[in-house]
Amino acid sequence: MDMTLLKFLLFFWLAGVILAAFAFPIVPSPRHWNEFPVIPGLEDKARILFFHVPMSWTAVVAFIISMISAIRYLVRKNGNDDIVSAASAGLGLLFCVLATVTGSLWAKFNWGSFWNWDPRETSIAILLLIYGAYFALRSAIDGEEKRAMLCAVYAILAGVTMPFFIFIVPRIVASLHPEPIVNSQGKIHMNPTMLTVFLASLAGFTALYFWMLRLRIRTMKAEILSLARADAA
Amino acid sequence: MFRSIGPVLAVMRKEFRSELRTRYALNALFMFVVTTLAIILFAIGNENASSEVLSGVLWIIIFFSTMSGLSRTFITEEERGTGPTLQLLTRPLTIFIGKFIFNTVLLFAINLLTVALYLLLLTNYQIRSYDIFITIMALGTVGLSATSTILAAIVAKANTKGTLYPVLSFPLLLPLLLSVINATKMAADGARFLDALGEYQVLISYSVVIFTASVLLFEFIWKD
Repeated sequence: MDMTLLKFLLFFWLAGVILAAFAFPIVPSPRHWNEFPVIPGLEDKARILFFHVPMSWTAVVAFIISMISAIRYLVRKNGNDDIVSAASAGLGLLFCVLATVTGSLWAKFNWGSFWNWDPRETSIAILLLIYGAYFALRSAIDGEEKRAMLCAVYAILAGVTMPFFIFIVPRIVASLHPEPIVNSQGKIHMNPTMLTVFLASLAGFTALYFWMLRLRIRTMKAEILSLARADAA
Repeated sequence: MFRSIGPVLAVMRKEFRSELRTRYALNALFMFVVTTLAIILFAIGNENASSEVLSGVLWIIIFFSTMSGLSRTFITEEERGTGPTLQLLTRPLTIFIGKFIFNTVLLFAINLLTVALYLLLLTNYQIRSYDIFITIMALGTVGLSATSTILAAIVAKANTKGTLYPVLSFPLLLPLLLSVINATKMAADGARFLDALGEYQVLISYSVVIFTASVLLFEFIWKD
């Protein structure tokens, strides 16, 4: 598959998503295909939905991939799995910061303060702490194999703890997060136009993440190779 | 499986003996609890802190006492160089369970002391539902000990052990801490035993999940 073609495809896809997210008008009763409904209390601020949710979703996907690579590393002891795990964790950290910042902005405009201790807000902050701890651990160990092994174990332990935040705590404690997205029946109550743009944004950000992951893995492997050559020379 | 009880108890006995032989570590831990409590008392002074705040503060003290005390089992192995001997003597699972039980007993003792002093010295803080409180203390201690033991094993192999330990532990302990602080607030307010059912469920499932994961992962850490 030609990567250049896919790169341009991704660029235009995301450009289209961003355009749609900002340019489509918000009207009280949408009659055309390109109109969003007014959500009472949110109006124009609802547009952040198209960015905040995909970023949070990508941060979690990055984490899951990091964890799966960690499991593979422990089983196969192949250094490549450790590279994937670390690369994914780095990207996860990036998307997590973005998700926290966009979430804070939304919180400020909707509920009046940047932080409210809502369970989902807390979950994304904890994910941030887990990523931070992962990199703190990574920099504190000498020896490649020991580092890979210990970081893999930590990633798995953190991965095992995450379901508690994502699924269990919000069920027990009432959440400020809006119901159309986050509800107990798991159904999405959204206008079809909004749903299309939203899902397109989700797909776009996930594709962006995978592209960046691929790039990062190649860079890290190249770094290791050049270090090895420098040692040999 | 029952053949392993002997070795597990032996590992436990070894931990108790080595800690009780030179008691400076235990004394330091005891003084840590007393000092932290003193700081809290000075900070609060004559103010009337609400029971919600005081419930949270109790668990802050317990968390930091855990961070001080529970990493010793593995770090001393690395420092004294007794790790390889232990590796030769018995299976990793036995070692993990032995150290886990030791850590749990130690944490029970620390928590008992903390809670006793806390209730004694903070006169405006009262627990109204002791059934909830005792259950939560028991479940919370087991959960804390499970996470702390496996993380102590990880941190013992790293470089900046002391500062890294709380950094690694806090995110993983958060579900437990949130549950336990909430339930302690309920106990202070006098809720009924079954009102805190959600919290018991979270705590039990958390402990089971972490313990199972630790048992599976410990072998990778131990066999360096």
